[in-house]
Order: sequence, then structure tokens, then C-alpha cells
Amino acid sequence: MSQDQRGSGEQGTREFGFDTRAIHAGQRPDPYTGARATPIFQTTSYVFEDPESAAAYFNLQEYGNTYTRIMNPTTAVFEERVASLEGAAGGVAFASGLAAQAAALFTMLTPGDHVVASSALYGGTVTQLKHLARKLSLDVTFVDPDDLSSWRAALRPNTKVLYGETIGNPGGNVLDIEGVAEIAHGHGAPLMVDSTFATPYLCRPIEHGADIVVHSATKFIGGHGTSIGGVVVEAGTFNWSNGRFPVVADPSPAYHGLAFHETFGMYGYLMKLRAESLRDLGGALSPFNSFLFLLGLETLPLRMARHVENAVGVARFLEGHAAVAAVRYPGLDSSPYRDLVKRYLPHGAGSIFVFDLKGGRDAGQRFISGLELWSHLANVGDAKSLVIHPASTTHRQLNDAELAAAGVGPGTIRLSVGLETLDDLTADLARGLAAATP
Amino acid sequence: MTSPVRYQDPRVILATLRSARTVAIVGLSKDPLRPSNFIGFYLKRHGYTIVPVNPRETEILGERAYPSLTAIPFLVDVVDVFRRPDAVPDIARDAVASGAKALWLQFGVISPDGAKIAEDAGLDVVMDRCMKVEHARHLGRMHWLGFNTGRITAVRERGLG
Repeated sequence: MSQDQRGSGEQGTREFGFDTRAIHAGQRPDPYTGARATPIFQTTSYVFEDPESAAAYFNLQEYGNTYTRIMNPTTAVFEERVASLEGAAGGVAFASGLAAQAAALFTMLTPGDHVVASSALYGGTVTQLKHLARKLSLDVTFVDPDDLSSWRAALRPNTKVLYGETIGNPGGNVLDIEGVAEIAHGHGAPLMVDSTFATPYLCRPIEHGADIVVHSATKFIGGHGTSIGGVVVEAGTFNWSNGRFPVVADPSPAYHGLAFHETFGMYGYLMKLRAESLRDLGGALSPFNSFLFLLGLETLPLRMARHVENAVGVARFLEGHAAVAAVRYPGLDSSPYRDLVKRYLPHGAGSIFVFDLKGGRDAGQRFISGLELWSHLANVGDAKSLVIHPASTTHRQLNDAELAAAGVGPGTIRLSVGLETLDDLTADLARGLAAATP
Repeated sequence: MTSPVRYQDPRVILATLRSARTVAIVGLSKDPLRPSNFIGFYLKRHGYTIVPVNPRETEILGERAYPSLTAIPFLVDVVDVFRRPDAVPDIARDAVASGAKALWLQFGVISPDGAKIAEDAGLDVVMDRCMKVEHARHLGRMHWLGFNTGRITAVRERGLG
């Protein structure tokens, strides 16, 4: 059988499994060298074959590489792989999760627009939304994510997007994606979901009606705490030409009059996200970081299964401990999110959650001081187990009443359960809990 | 109503893209910002002979334009359609009469009646798919911009001629 025939056998006709796509999607052996691993194309720019090709690339008449601020062959593998795992039309990577989120919103919003967002979003996201609102004359309403009627009640004629997290940070709220998607679509607006804590292994929001999914790749996608990055993927099914999004559908003054949605159809939003928002805001991901994220994605299914297994073990250990007041892990049978977990997170509710110590701020600090294996730092989604006491670090400027409003108690501890031996993790937590108990 | 999915078989799409040499583009616009012009430009760039079908023009993208499919004095392999769905049945009849091998209906051009006319006469039919996107997905460089091509393979392509 000739090489050409071999390559065309099942091409395009087989739906490959998740684990296969985590390893292969987006990358084929390099045609030039045969390299099997994804090469790191550490280059700023690309030589054009001829002036006509250069013009075609800049006009978006042809898919071509021009400048790494807009596209890069290593980063493209990462983008396609995440898009494949999420069941999306495509992806665009950014230098951080917050850059990804800002660009996703920037692409669809104009001054005077209104955003409805979950009040349980990550603090950095809340700050960004408030900042964007102030600087770009947007209105943002924060709603109780657990109450569908509060999403519905917040809608206004100028509401352009609904935004929530698959698993809230740090409260562990699980979003009723189908319910919120229905409300969004009934209003001619897309649903955007931050699925960082779930990863596509545990939940694929697009399968439940979400239109845009954003990730901080810094967390489980990378998985090793080495690199900052983010990615936006889009389903390609939202009708941006429904009359409510002239900023996406109308001829673009920033691209010599090109009408992105009409010209590129289901790829219109993504093209605009790349060719305008990424180009103009400049938050491009480093090709080296893309390479590291690709290494992470290859083992995502294996790591996430183990993260969940360890998280359940740690949560059960804490639930039975006398020094612990409450464990807010949505994966426990006692969680109020149990039914939503069954529906949206059948393979587990991730490995990041909070628990409350019986003591206050002092107990929290004593607990942290008593640990030797858990790393005290402000990140999540690492192979290493991580811990932070919000009241004495990220939230230390808040008084107890303000803490309560943020869903954080004076003795609340956030854990990101890693991949170490479970007994070692619980033994270390037992040391910390003993130190926290007066 | 027949679902367009029936006319989106990747094997038919790939075979059509590989075997076609001449593509008549019905409704090809002279305006370089129109989608049809983008697709015509792309197909020509990738080696297809494009044949504009547009009664209002004499030449588009450097190729002679014809007022209708039946006015083209040579055989075309594919008839690619950028027209309203209700215009498709007549175009399908012309495609059959002109001896084309495939009828390709672009994004949003959904006409089960037109598809059936072509299919009954033995033509391959693709519906609600873009010829440029499908070429870029299966044979071109769509993966360079992070799009989900669905292509999974461990086979090395011939990169150097």
C-alpha cells in the first residue's frame, strides 16, 4: 500500500476517542523533518513565498503564517487540540487565562452592552469584569449562579452574554449549563463558560449548550505549574448575525470592511478573535509554553482521573475529622450539588475545593504552618498538592463580614489536591489539623 | 425535510476535492470582500480551474464569466453554488444537463429539492458546506489557525517535492 493511500484510509470518517485526541489532535508528523513530537517553532515571523502569497495571508484569503503575535505553528497545535477535546470549531490561545477571557468578551461587546455573570466567579475574573465595565462603559450584573430565576431576572434588552464557571472558584458551585444556556439562547445571547476546574476530561460545556469555553491553561491543562496561558474555544453554532452583534457581523473597519461572520460562517467569531482581538490586544502565547501545555494535554485523562481519586480520598478524610467544620467538595454525597455533579461531571468534580476549620484566622495560619508536604502558594491544578488560607493571604484586606460575602470564612482553607500518594497527603493534613487545634 | 448532514459525508467531500479539476462557481461576485470571491480566489490559488457563472460580469478573478452553466462550452467537474436556496433546483437541472459530476451547495444554501434532482441523475452532492473550508481542512492549512480539522494521523506527508 502506498503512503498516500495509507494516509487517506479512514480520514475524516472516524470519530476518535478522547484519549486518542488528547495525544494526537492538531499534530501530525512534521512533513519537513518527520519529527514525531511537536516542534517548538520559536520564531517571530515567517518568510513569504512571494508577494501574492503575502497579500493573500494578510487579506485572510488563505490560511498562512505571518507573525507569531497572531499565529504560530506550535501554538496552533495546542489550539486545535483543546478545540478537539472540547468539541469546538476551533480555538485561539492567549498569554494567560485572564487575557483569553478579556479577548473573548472584547470581540463581542461594545460600550453600553450588559453582561450577566455568576457572583461565584474567580476573584480575578470579578475584578476584570468590574474594570472592563468601568473602562469600556459596560454594565455587569452578578447573580446567584445556583438560581436559574436570578439569571432570567437579570436580563436586559442590551444583555449580550451570560458567563459562569463549570465549577466555581473557590465555592465549588456547579453550573446548570443547560438551564443557563436555554435562558441565554432565548435572549439571543451566547453562554460563555470558564471550565478551568473541570477540564474537557470531566465536562464539555459545548455538549450541554455553551457557546464559548475559556480555560486558564496554567492549571490542569499544563498540569505541572510551569507556564501561564489561556485558551478560548467556540462551538461555531451561535448565530452572530441575529441582529444583536453588529460588532461581529457587520463589515469591520479594523479589517478593510470584511464581514467576518458572513465570510467565514461558523468560523467567523474565531477569525475575528484572532485577526482582530489577539492582533490588537497583543496577548499572544509563547510557543514554548504551548509546547509545555501540549505535553500536559497528552496525559490529561490519566492525571484527571487520579486528581479526582485523590480529591475524594482527601475530602472523605477531612469530613471525618474533629477539627473540621465543613467540607465543600461537590463530589461528596453530602454536597448540595450532588445532582448537578451526576449530570455534568459524571467522572468527578475535580480536585480543587475548600473546607472550614472550626477555629478562625489564627487556626488557619497554624494549620498552614503545620504542613510539610502541601505547598503554600496561590495557584491550583498542579501535580503537586497546593494549599492556601484566603483570610490571611488573597483575601486578607477583608473583614469577617466582607469575607462571608465572598463565600470565605476566617477558617476557610482552599486545597488543590495533587497526584502524590493519598496516605502521604492525609498524613500531612493530619499534622496541620493537629497544629490548628488549640 | 432532508437533513443537510446526509450530504456532508467526508468521503464524498474528500473524493470530490481530490478528483475535481474544473469548478464552475454560480453566483461568484466580483467584489473581493464577498465570500464567493474569497472562495474563488482560494480555489484558483490551489490549482483548480475556476469558471465564473454570473450574467452581470464578463470577467472575474481573471477568468471569463459565463451567463449560465449551459453556456459553458466545456465540461466542468463541480458546480459550486452561492445562490438563494430557491434558485438551486434550476441550477441543479443545468448542472445535470452540462454533465457535471458533483453539485456543491455552500454554507446556508440548503435545498433538498435541488439536491434530489442532482442525486437522481447520479451526481455527488455536498450541502451546507464551504468548498474552501473543506479543502483547507482535509488538504490545506486550516490547522495553522487553530481550527478543529478532525484530522488524526501518524502518517508523514511528503513535504519536499
